[in-house]
Amino acid sequence: MHIDKDFYAGVRGVVPILIGVIPFAMISGVAAVSVGLTLFETIGISVIVFAGASQLVVYQLMSAGSPWIIMVLTAWVINLRFTMYSATLAPYLQKLPLGQKALLAYMLSDQAFGTSMSYFIGNEKVSHRWYYFGAALTIWVAWQISAVIGALLGALVPASWGFDFAFPLSFMALMFGALYDRPTVAAALVGGSVAVLARGLPYNTGLVLAIFLGIAAGYFLESRLPRKEIAQ
Amino acid sequence: MSALSIWLLFVATGLGTFLQRFLFIYLFGKIEMPYRLRRALRFVPAAALAALVFPALTHPAGHLDISLHNFRLLAGLGGALVAWKTRNVLLTILVGMALLWILGAVFGT
Repeated sequence: MHIDKDFYAGVRGVVPILIGVIPFAMISGVAAVSVGLTLFETIGISVIVFAGASQLVVYQLMSAGSPWIIMVLTAWVINLRFTMYSATLAPYLQKLPLGQKALLAYMLSDQAFGTSMSYFIGNEKVSHRWYYFGAALTIWVAWQISAVIGALLGALVPASWGFDFAFPLSFMALMFGALYDRPTVAAALVGGSVAVLARGLPYNTGLVLAIFLGIAAGYFLESRLPRKEIAQ
Repeated sequence: MSALSIWLLFVATGLGTFLQRFLFIYLFGKIEMPYRLRRALRFVPAAALAALVFPALTHPAGHLDISLHNFRLLAGLGGALVAWKTRNVLLTILVGMALLWILGAVFGT
């Protein structure tokens, strides 16, 4: 099989980021076991879903005893960002057979997207699909191996350590990464406050309501602000 | 949860996530993502993550607890400071967990 040199450029491009990916994947493995998943189930969700933040959301909601449909809906909402990535990446992945498009789409991650897009700007002659494939596959392999290691270690972590607190802490770090102007801060403040106030609503529906009101708040504020105060 | 409902949960979550990743790669040249949708989507991470974080700090035991006895709230605020300054997931977890354990060891009953 022919492997383009730009594949290796993609691999090299994400290697520095693995310092963040590997511990996060290990934590997701530990977390999966801490809510009662078996090693096989942990591998199952890591391969089938392959989206760290939404996997942690599912674990947190499982430990809270949330209904099935709320877990699925909340995970989908968390992963809505992928539609943005997908739309941005689409021009670079055309002229491929459908199956290869589907495979490259399945491997889409925050890190593969971010690394590829920043490399594509200023490197017009690169084989975009090979670079992205190298980046995405490297992240995927590192994620799966680290999640298994985490799941094996997780069996050794006693529940009394309060490891479930790692969920909100990891979401918090991701949240601050998503705050870059006043409308995004407004989205977070409204989303978080409504989630606290609407916590008593039946079937955990307050969570989904809070997310949509947060989005609405950010959208509304953005449309009222002068352009220069909005991150482009 | 039964083993079957756990696997159905994975498949439903995974299928929806795959469609989100694949949709606009597949639709490229056929349908553009609407401008208003693109604008709204940029607020999803901030709103969704905050909606998960806030109640986990204010309702650690299932009921509202805004007090100095709520160690998760205090440790979470410490973690928030680290998250704000560094945006580093691992460091935030380490500092937040360390604060929770220290508070529990020193002031816990």
